[in-house]
Amino acid sequence: MEFINVFIKTAFIENLVLSYFLGMCSYLAVSKSVKTAFGLGMAVIFVLGITMPINWLINEYLLSEKGLFGIDLTFLRFILFIATIAAMVQLVEMVVEKFSPALYAALGIFLPLITVNCAILGGSLFMISRELSLSNSVAFGLGGGFGWFLAIIAIAAIREKIRYSNVPPALRGLGMAFILTGLMGIAFMSLMGIDPAAFASK
Amino acid sequence: MAETAVKEKEPLIGFGKTERRLLTDPLNDNNPITVQVLGICSALAVTSLVYPAVVMAIAVTLVTAFSNLFTSMLRQYIPKSVRMIVQLVIIATLVTIVELILKYFNYPIYKQLSVYIGLIITNCIVMGRLEAFAMANKPWRSFLDGIGNGLGYGAILIIVAIIREIFGKGSLFAGSPIELKIIGPTADYLINTTQSALFGWYTNNNLMVLPAAAMFIIGILIWIQRSYNSKLVDVS
Repeated sequence: MEFINVFIKTAFIENLVLSYFLGMCSYLAVSKSVKTAFGLGMAVIFVLGITMPINWLINEYLLSEKGLFGIDLTFLRFILFIATIAAMVQLVEMVVEKFSPALYAALGIFLPLITVNCAILGGSLFMISRELSLSNSVAFGLGGGFGWFLAIIAIAAIREKIRYSNVPPALRGLGMAFILTGLMGIAFMSLMGIDPAAFASK
Repeated sequence: MAETAVKEKEPLIGFGKTERRLLTDPLNDNNPITVQVLGICSALAVTSLVYPAVVMAIAVTLVTAFSNLFTSMLRQYIPKSVRMIVQLVIIATLVTIVELILKYFNYPIYKQLSVYIGLIITNCIVMGRLEAFAMANKPWRSFLDGIGNGLGYGAILIIVAIIREIFGKGSLFAGSPIELKIIGPTADYLINTTQSALFGWYTNNNLMVLPAAAMFIIGILIWIQRSYNSKLVDVS
């Protein structure tokens, strides 16, 4: 049951956006309407869920000392990880274009930009530094993606409403988005009280 | 704006008005964090102490400057369809070099920055400047643009870090050789709250240590900047 444990922990308690600031660029840029935020969130879940186990395998069987070449190649980690991510994003782009042209048009430039979304590479690096197992790395990817999805949907919904409020002109847009994210971060901190072990023991 | 290709004839290495603007524009009018909204990802996480923030600012400046330089040198040879991969390889190589240097010279800071050094690769500033500037300009100007944007990023990083460290920890530059202890409950600090009659009420603000504080501070910095600089105000 460690799978559920890791999933809940990464989605709620250690949310990628709200406690590690990963993926902030697209989080701020694409959160103007719920519809596009939804599409991007789904794409991020998908890419994270695929790249985490692949990067885990690359790290374990190619780069580590126990791997194929028998020498420590971990300094190549950045280049190989980013190449995997770029390839996977390309794949997602082709799938989305085929099955949902409307979503493809709505996401536009932001789909290829998932490559440089820090949440993906950051997730891979966190996964390595925490020494998770293969199944847990899948849970980490899906949970991290789900947490990111929740955060972007929430901020998009708030920003849609706040357009009708009387915000000081200098604070409108970006400034307000930052402050809202801070408030959401504090709200998410109350989830720290969740004990993931309680789910695991059932 | 400095975004468009410069048409006039430029010397190989010179330092005139355009060059100076490349360095100073990103500090205020075209700041990467508060105006271009690039590179927030790794910026906020390292700002709870000043010393790691300074190291991070230097690392990002080096990477943006040199990746701009190399991309600009290669710009005529990079096919358009694969340019992202080429740029990512250049950036990833530079970041690996910076990481190895940092690991060798200052291991504790390397440990503290952990994955955020690696995340310079996906720092949108680097990629954004390559796309917006280096692909269309000559090497020397691209190099200066990289340095300018690195400094603009570093300035915001250090302002946020100073506010967070003073109010959250009561110190400045903790962990570095020039550590300053400003306010706290023991005799090591400049203002000892247990002795001082004036500051007896003072305790550190734990909110400042939380990630959320960085969001508030940047939000307020944007507010201040846009109140003085009305052309940046978001009209939508």
